[in-house]
Amino acid sequence: MDTNKNTYTVIYTIVMVAIVATILAVVSMGLKNRQQTNIKVEKQMYILNCDGLATDAKKVSDRNSYVQGEFEKYIKEALIVNPTGEVVKSFTEKIGDCDAFALSIKDQFDIMRKIDSETDVHKTEEMVQTLQLPVFICDNPEGGKHYILSGYGAGLWGPIWTYIAVTEDGKIAGALFDHESETPGLGGEIVSEKFYSQFKDEALVADGQLVPIKVVKGGKANAKDNEVNAISGATITSTAVQNMISQWMNYYKPYLQKVIGGSAPAETIAETEETIKTE
Amino acid sequence: MAMDKKIFTTPIIKANPITVLVLGICSALAVTVKLEPAIVMGISVTLVTGLSSFLISLIRKTIPNRIRIIVQLVVVAMFVILISQFLKAYVYDVSKQLSVYVGLIITNCIIMGRIEAFGLTEKPLPSLVDGLANGLGYGLILVIVAFFRELIGSGSIFGLQVIPQSFYEAGYMNNGLFIMPPMALILIGCLIWIQRSIQKEDDKK
Repeated sequence: MDTNKNTYTVIYTIVMVAIVATILAVVSMGLKNRQQTNIKVEKQMYILNCDGLATDAKKVSDRNSYVQGEFEKYIKEALIVNPTGEVVKSFTEKIGDCDAFALSIKDQFDIMRKIDSETDVHKTEEMVQTLQLPVFICDNPEGGKHYILSGYGAGLWGPIWTYIAVTEDGKIAGALFDHESETPGLGGEIVSEKFYSQFKDEALVADGQLVPIKVVKGGKANAKDNEVNAISGATITSTAVQNMISQWMNYYKPYLQKVIGGSAPAETIAETEETIKTE
Repeated sequence: MAMDKKIFTTPIIKANPITVLVLGICSALAVTVKLEPAIVMGISVTLVTGLSSFLISLIRKTIPNRIRIIVQLVVVAMFVILISQFLKAYVYDVSKQLSVYVGLIITNCIIMGRIEAFGLTEKPLPSLVDGLANGLGYGLILVIVAFFRELIGSGSIFGLQVIPQSFYEAGYMNNGLFIMPPMALILIGCLIWIQRSIQKEDDKK
C-alpha cells in the first residue's frame, strides 16, 4: 500500500487519534476515584498532623484507610465561619465530604487579595462578607477541644499554606506548613519539624486579643515574646509565613474571640450574641 | 543474542544519553535533589522510551513518512500521560514532588532521538531493548547525581538521616549548594570528565 497518499495519511491520523483518546479516557476514568481519594486524604492528613495526630501515616501500609479512620475518630465537627465571627454552616456528620472540607482556601485567598487591592470601602465590606473560613473542631486525645484553622498565601515562587490547631485557651497546639515550589533546602524547609515545632505553645489569642507571631532573623527568637526563628537564607518565605498567619488570623479574629476565653461551644454562639444585644 | 546484548549495554555506559550524548540535562537538574523522585523519574523515562520505541517499531511500516514526527509525539505523549495518571493514583507523594517534570518527559530529547534513530528502522524487540537501555542509562546518572546531592546537601539517603547527629553538634553543616540546580550541572560535568578520561585510555589501547 502507498503510505504517502493524502487520503491514507488523513485516515491514519484520525484512527490514531481516536484510539489514543479512547485509551486515555478509559484509564483516566478508571483511576479518577483513586486520585480524588488521594487528594482528600492529603487534606485530612494536614488537618490531623497539624494537631499532632495520625503521625504513623508514613509507616502504615494502607495509608488512605488509616487516615480516614483517624479523621473520623478525632474530627467531630466542621464549620464555615464568616469574618464577623458567625457560624454560617456546621457539619457533624461525614465531615470528609462536607462543604467546609471541600471549601477551597485558595479561592478565599483570591478574595482577600481583591479586598487588599480594592480602594472603595463599600465594595471591600461587601467582599469581606462573602469570605468563608473553614474551622475543624478536633477532640484531641490529650484533652480539650482544638480549633483547626487554615491559611494560604504567596511564598517566593508559588503558594504556601498552613493548618494551625488552637487550644481553648488560645495557645497554638501545633502548626504545619507546606508549599508548592519554594527552593528546596531553603524556603522549602518550612515543612520541616525544626521550623513548625517552634509554633507549638505560642499564644495566638490572649485576653481576647490577637497576638501577632513574629518571625525573626538570626536565631534570636524568644519564645516568650511570641517569636519564632526564620529559616536562614529564606527571608522572603519566612516573612510570607508571618504575613499569611496575620492576614488569616485577622479574619478569624471575631470567631476566635467568641470561642476562646469564654470556652463557649460553637452551638451557643447565636445565644451569646443575643445576650450581648439585649444588654 | 550477542547482538542484542550490545544493544543493551552500549547506551548504559559507552553511549550514555546524558554523559556522552548530553541529552535530557534539563530534567536531570530538576529531579535529583532527593533520591526517591530521581529513581521514580528514571523508571518513568525507562518505561516511556522502551514502550514508545517498541510501539513505533511495531507500526513503523504503516506510518506515513510525512507525518512521522507527529505520530511519534502522539505515542510518546500517550505513554507519558498514562504514567502521570498512574503516579497520581498510586504514588501521590512522589508525583507531587516530580510535579511538572513528569509531563515534560515528552520533551525529553532521548525519547524522540531513540525513536528516530532506532525504532523507526529496527524490529520491535531490539527497539524495546534499546529504549529500555537508554532509559536505564539516563536513570543511572540521575541516581548517582541524586545520591551525592541528597547525601551532602541534606545529610540523608531516601529521606533517612545518615550523617550522625554528633557530626552536626561538632559543627558539620549540610552544603546548601548541593541542593541548588547548578551543583547538578557541576556533578554531571564531573561524571562526563571521569567517563571521557577512562574511555580515552580505552581508545588508545
